[in-house]
Amino acid sequence: MSGPNTNYDPVEVSALDPANVDAAVQDALSAIAAAASLDDLKAVRIAHQGEKSPLALANREIGALPPSAKAEAGKRVGQARGRVGQALTARQAELEAERDERILVEERVDVTVPALRREPGARHPIELVAQRLVDAFVGMGWEVAEGPELESEWLNFDALNLGPDHPARQMQDTFFLDPVDSGLVLRTQTSPVQIRTMLEKEPPIYIVAPGKVFRTDDLDATHTPVFHQIECLAIDKGLTMAHLRGALDAFVRIMFGEETRTRVRANYFPFTEPSMETDFLCFACHGEETWGSAEPCRTCGGSGWIELGGSGMVNRKVLRTCGIDPDVYSGFAFGLGIERALQLRHGVQGMHEIVEGDVRFSQQFGMGV
Amino acid sequence: MRMPLSWLAEYTDLAPGARGADVAASLVRVGLEEEDLHGGDITGPLVVGRVLSFELEPQKNGKTIRWCTVDVGQNGQMLTEGKHQEIVCGAHNFEVGDLVVCVLPGAVLPGGFAIAARKTYGHVSNGMICAEDEIGLGHDHEGIIVLSRLLGEEKAATVQPGDDAIALLGLGEETVETNVTPDRGYCFSVRGLAREYWHAQGSPEGGYRDPADVAAPPATAGGYPVELKENSPIDGNDGCDRYVARIVRGIDPTRPSPAWMSKRLTQMGMRPISLAVDVTNYVMLAVGQPLHAFDVDRLSGSIVVRRARVGEKLTTLDDVERTLHADDLLITDGGEQPLAIAGVMGGASSEVTDATTDVLIEAAHFDPTTVARSSRRHRLVTEASKRFERGVDPKVTAAAAQLAVDLLVEHGGGTVDDGVTDVDRTTERTAYLLDVTEPARIVGVDYPRERVVGILRDLGCRVDESGEGADETHVLVTPPSWRPDLVDAPDYAEEVARIDGYNNIPSITPTPSDGRGLTHEQKARRVVADALAGAGLTEVLSYPFVSEELADQLMLPADDDRRAAVRLANPLSEERPLLRTSVLASLVDTLRRNVARGHKDVAIYELGLVFRPGGPLGTAPIPGVAARPDAGTLEQLYAAVPAQPRRAGILATGQAEQAGWWGPGRAADWSDMVAAVQTAAAALAVPVVVANDPGHAPWHPGRCARITLADGTLVGHAGELHPKVIAALDLPARTVAAEFDVDVLVAASAEPVQARAFSTFPPAMTDIALLVATDVAAADVEAALRSGAGDSLESVVLFDVYEGERIEAGHRSLAYRLTFRAADRTLTTDEVNGFRDAAVAAAATATGAVQR
Ligand SMILES: [Zn+2]
Repeated sequence: MSGPNTNYDPVEVSALDPANVDAAVQDALSAIAAAASLDDLKAVRIAHQGEKSPLALANREIGALPPSAKAEAGKRVGQARGRVGQALTARQAELEAERDERILVEERVDVTVPALRREPGARHPIELVAQRLVDAFVGMGWEVAEGPELESEWLNFDALNLGPDHPARQMQDTFFLDPVDSGLVLRTQTSPVQIRTMLEKEPPIYIVAPGKVFRTDDLDATHTPVFHQIECLAIDKGLTMAHLRGALDAFVRIMFGEETRTRVRANYFPFTEPSMETDFLCFACHGEETWGSAEPCRTCGGSGWIELGGSGMVNRKVLRTCGIDPDVYSGFAFGLGIERALQLRHGVQGMHEIVEGDVRFSQQFGMGV
Repeated sequence: MRMPLSWLAEYTDLAPGARGADVAASLVRVGLEEEDLHGGDITGPLVVGRVLSFELEPQKNGKTIRWCTVDVGQNGQMLTEGKHQEIVCGAHNFEVGDLVVCVLPGAVLPGGFAIAARKTYGHVSNGMICAEDEIGLGHDHEGIIVLSRLLGEEKAATVQPGDDAIALLGLGEETVETNVTPDRGYCFSVRGLAREYWHAQGSPEGGYRDPADVAAPPATAGGYPVELKENSPIDGNDGCDRYVARIVRGIDPTRPSPAWMSKRLTQMGMRPISLAVDVTNYVMLAVGQPLHAFDVDRLSGSIVVRRARVGEKLTTLDDVERTLHADDLLITDGGEQPLAIAGVMGGASSEVTDATTDVLIEAAHFDPTTVARSSRRHRLVTEASKRFERGVDPKVTAAAAQLAVDLLVEHGGGTVDDGVTDVDRTTERTAYLLDVTEPARIVGVDYPRERVVGILRDLGCRVDESGEGADETHVLVTPPSWRPDLVDAPDYAEEVARIDGYNNIPSITPTPSDGRGLTHEQKARRVVADALAGAGLTEVLSYPFVSEELADQLMLPADDDRRAAVRLANPLSEERPLLRTSVLASLVDTLRRNVARGHKDVAIYELGLVFRPGGPLGTAPIPGVAARPDAGTLEQLYAAVPAQPRRAGILATGQAEQAGWWGPGRAADWSDMVAAVQTAAAALAVPVVVANDPGHAPWHPGRCARITLADGTLVGHAGELHPKVIAALDLPARTVAAEFDVDVLVAASAEPVQARAFSTFPPAMTDIALLVATDVAAADVEAALRSGAGDSLESVVLFDVYEGERIEAGHRSLAYRLTFRAADRTLTTDEVNGFRDAAVAAAATATGAVQR
């Protein structure tokens, strides 16, 4: 490496000698190339580009030359300084890139160590399934209606054409309150919400009513004393069972996919006349009958169809009780258990995990399903 | 309701090659749900065996098995090298000498379960002694079948070891079981089911043979005297409007029921008892008319049907003495001695016995409501009450009695009295003027007039197309006597749709036109629920049933509103008879359950209704249903329903933040609970105020925050639970909790948020340290600072709290950063200092704070 030229003699002009200029350039270039760090390069810059570098000195000499020689010498020294400057810039960029690269390597961490300092929370999937259904119906123009869980007996039974002596009323395993003549019960269905709506609102009515209901069943794999229903009620001019079927079809498509088909048959519910029972094509086996085969479909039990729930055209008696003229308006209602929808859609095997409140159950569903 | 295929085939033509599953599917199409299929899927050898001996052998697993030797007769022994069978049996409900049902090696039981000799419990067991469910006879698995109990002693005496049990029990034949809905009482008979099956086949001409189509004599003089005395009809209906009595005398009480009848009763799930009883049951199953057999010798006067007198008693056939109610309808002897609760159950005193020779057959028509009430009142659901409640054909009465008489004469050797009693007060159904376009309007399928009329006629309706009111679109329809459910147009529409086929109904998506989406309240509730989950809490659902002790465990004061809980009259468990008045009340169980399952760090919440009657429960009116109740009644109805505010409960224990590579974790404490409520409020942009609350159960008196709206409305409480509550409820130490009224937050968020203008001038910050007594609340200091600092104050942040040696005892130092910013200019240092001093002065005045 060549050091700075310390033997400067103003009398001698050998610094401008072409050979000397070239030598200075060569010295500078090899020093630049040899600089291993940005610090090295800084020193090289001072030595070969600084005020006391050979080329700077040579440049200073130009002024002393006769005018005829100035141009040529100026050109020579200028080119030389240019070459050195370029080499410095290029090396600077190289070394900076190397340094940046090295810092990124040095700063590497193991990002697979745990990042969540706090476990995320979750919604309960019963609420999420209800929201999903509600949102789909709201999207179709329906509205959401709600009512109390502790309800008047009249709204829960009588107004729904379930008089005190009706055989169907005996099927309901009702929680009565003390005293029993209070006329109050824990609602056994969300249908009293429909009655409240019909009593208070002029048709057209298109409501979806999700909520908690109560029956005196002990908890087992398929029963729970507290469960959730979602019911839909439509009252308008000109509604027929075809509209009921259309709404049911929309319902199962929301829950179980666009290809889901339904089949319907007659049934009996006091609240409706005519009444209807709906089955939908099993989404697991797509209706291929596996009945009696070695491995019947576990979702539908092998029949190819899954029972959805009861529905029908709102009984005229119920409309009259609610002050709606059955000669002007007709309507339909249907509903299903949300626990069952959750079990079917998400493969939940029993009822226990839905009601026990084990945090692991909710957490697997996150904030939306 | 069950039905063997051979019985069905007597009344209608089965589709060629139809098996049980096909019949069930046909019935499903016309709205009769399939319950089960029995029989037909068992192949022998299944034989009668007699238990000769057994040895008790206790096993290591704690069970004691019986190592039995069983005589299975010649037939059975041929299959097993001529020896008596040795069979291991786990049941204990039989004795030596009992006749049982043995399945032997080579047989295949329902479900494809092949039987082979197998080694079990150290013996080679040659087959099995069967329980009812194993051979598809019923659902009973309590013990094995003992034939004397299943078939009755009489019948059992006629069978021998080795007899084919498949034929004996009717297992070779398929029996369809359907679920009968309450509107189809007539389907509680083979007659009705056959009719429906015939409809499912398209109601072919001549394809249905009505078993009730028998000639029955009209009433004559000299019949057994019967009086119908009605003094308190229910809803205007007499308790009994028809009573047929026939007498058969000289029956040989030793004559058993014919084998075919016993077999059918067994197939139907009923137990053969004696000829007289079996005949009444058989006819009931055939035509749906419940019959009762009285021992004529045990009657002394005329039969009087009347309502019970208060305090009257009757011991029913099940040996229970029943105190009767004035609504109960009774069959009495001479008007005095009760003989039976009409349509429900007979009494012991007039029961036919094994010495009875003269029998009075009662075939009556009772009011459904009367029977339903008696059945419910006495908790007696019988084959008769099930049918009467749902409506029995009032025209089948005499025919049913005749069928019973014929069977008793034929198989009991009796003779029938000439005298026939038939008190008939039934009225003819009136015709309904049906608009034949109405089914199309209700169902949405364009049924032509001929189709409507044709279907109604197939159903047994009389359709008059020319009577008064009939025209191009109207016909007069009189429903058949067995269809009390057919009343108005929707009923007929359902029948037309059902027979035409529900699957012909098209699918049209309804299009409501003015939906307004979720209400603010509905949206806001979701925001709260999502915000709490977003804050790291996990949503759970708990049952609202709580114990009486809970109020004490939660240390609720004697006059606390939350002690006024609603009580259930019939709780699932006597230990939890009350409904929760707070969400925390039911959430504590959920927390405990999680902890018991090994979850150390649990933070859960629930949004739900609580029940706050605020005093004794009112009484809700039960108005009529003929029209909309008047406004006053509705108001009473709504007002009687107790308040049910929607609240959120939160419980947490363990670490709120985990230890990890970043350092130690942090235990959940009171502040997490305050923060959770603040998070919920902030999610709805509702400002809340936090204050110390030293006296609110179930919280720790020194660690409880009372959270209110700016106007002072209570939102809820948050903090650490009282140590005594934690001990009483067996919760982890330092469990923290919050509960707040979601409705209050939601209501407070109802008004649209009004945006404030932001200043874009630079802020000026200044820090102060205030020395205050330890009983001064930081919130009060902050409020004072805010009040004194003036309009340019942007924020106050408490960034340090110090208590210790460097300051006066009984005091603490609160360090605040005040940020000021003016809307219109950059504040000068002098201005900021002035604001700061004013803030400090206000804090000094209000709280005694001294600047350090
Ligand atoms: Zn399937």
